[in-house]
Amino acid sequence: MILEAREVRKFYGEFCALDGVSLAVGEGEFVSIIGPNGAGKSTLLNVLTGTTRPSAGTVRFKGREVAGIGPVARARLGMARSFQLIQIFPELTVLETLQAAVASRLGHGTRLWRSLAGDRPVQEGALEAAELFRLADKRHVLASTLPQGDKKLLDVASAFALRPEIILLDEPTSGVSTADKHEIMEILVAAARRIGCQAIIQVEHDMDIVFGYSHRIIALHQGRVLADATPAAIKENTLVVDTMIGRAKR
Amino acid sequence: MRRAGVLALVALAIAALPAAAPTYQVTLMLPFMAYGVVLLGMNLLFGYTGLVSFGHALFVGVGAYTAAVLTTHLHIRHLELILPAAALAAAIVAAPVGALCVRYVKIYFGMLTLAFGMVFYTFLLKFYRLTGGDEGMRMLRPYLLGSGWEGFSKTAYLVGPYYYFSLAVLALATLLMWRIVGSPFGLCLRTIRDNPLKAESLGVSVPRYRWYAFMISAVYAGVGGALLAPPTGNVDPTLAYWTHSGNLVFMILLGGFGHFWGPLLGAFAFIYLQDLVMSVVPYWRLVFGALLALIVIAAPGGLMGLLARRRPAEIARA
Repeated sequence: MILEAREVRKFYGEFCALDGVSLAVGEGEFVSIIGPNGAGKSTLLNVLTGTTRPSAGTVRFKGREVAGIGPVARARLGMARSFQLIQIFPELTVLETLQAAVASRLGHGTRLWRSLAGDRPVQEGALEAAELFRLADKRHVLASTLPQGDKKLLDVASAFALRPEIILLDEPTSGVSTADKHEIMEILVAAARRIGCQAIIQVEHDMDIVFGYSHRIIALHQGRVLADATPAAIKENTLVVDTMIGRAKR
Repeated sequence: MRRAGVLALVALAIAALPAAAPTYQVTLMLPFMAYGVVLLGMNLLFGYTGLVSFGHALFVGVGAYTAAVLTTHLHIRHLELILPAAALAAAIVAAPVGALCVRYVKIYFGMLTLAFGMVFYTFLLKFYRLTGGDEGMRMLRPYLLGSGWEGFSKTAYLVGPYYYFSLAVLALATLLMWRIVGSPFGLCLRTIRDNPLKAESLGVSVPRYRWYAFMISAVYAGVGGALLAPPTGNVDPTLAYWTHSGNLVFMILLGGFGHFWGPLLGAFAFIYLQDLVMSVVPYWRLVFGALLALIVIAAPGGLMGLLARRRPAEIARA
């Protein structure tokens, strides 16, 4: 198991956002977390990525306790994430954004006297990431002027540029037109394979995406795991279909 | 190439100035060069890291007083030793101050730096026996390249050897800063300015990098402060007063914080404009206040923004 959570609870005051969630993600898996609004999906993602410390329970990444370790330590361990709301650097170009990620991964960030332009590992790593995400021809474009779909791609691409062993994506296709959604997913899955990323966890609302790409689906409801099964088994699970998928269709 | 040409021309003009311009105009270049060093560092914090310090005069004061104490009390007269000592003193003060301040952002960072600046100002004012109180301290003429330049009158010394020494320091400071902003480190600072949440997510430790930027900017301010002292021959607490910090922020805004050369242009414009306005009307602060309002409203990119014709909205977001 790469990532394992056991009996995770998270309270916000009196409110229980996560109520004893356990899950495990293994090598080569693409796992989707689904659930209605307020089910605790984002909280779970924040706990899994060490952003939020759980009130109880453990989170282990490669056998190491990572609960509440914070984003910097998490990134260094080989776990990357993207956010539901697009997070970019508005005044940086596409290439600069990716260079920052690569420089951080290689530990070149504290090199004061080395020229960025002359830092070949950083330059090559950033260009490779740009090509992987089909952003190479836009590499000199300012991030803030990119179209919405490309901003989302850049956000995800910069997380991939960290060459993580596992990546957690909070709604990777939200705010993107339906036409662009599948393209983003195809690029993402291909990129994961190329860089040797061992597992992907995503939180997603779009059921086409969820059923189209996942090996396993974890359904969350009121802070608890309602079901944890293959897409085929989830489709057969009337409880899950009624509480979330069916309701969305009605 | 065009940029390199302009730069070479400007450097040549500055180098030739003592031979061509009236002495008074040449002496105005001395504070410009000292402030140039201060602002280069301050803009690493402001323009590149996104933190506006309202207390940077603190480090200018530390640098200037270090220089004064060394020349008058400790009889160390070599500027080649005084400048590193000023840098070191500024770094020693900045280490704990910065560690505290960088944990806050926006107005809180600004206010905290302002508060530390005022603490130091009060220290200079009240610890009379150590600092000379409101009268300040004398700053003896420093030796340059091992020589006291005894045959030179004060003015000849300032517009001659001291001018070129200052110019060399400014050139070196500019070169180093150019390297810093063009390094992977400089890029990491810009990620923090643009989006700290995302920067952390990519593994960039935001408080640590902010502290590094703070330290570098303080060292620059210390060196610039030490350069500021010899022309006046005296240091006093107003060097560390908050209005002095305000002037520094003003100079950066005037030149444009979104551009590497903005602060240098700002320092130049400020010094000569101040001199010009003061010679015409006694209320130079009134004129400068109106000018500041005009810049913020009409040209947020400052003079450099106007020259480079970058869209103001682009810079305002920086």
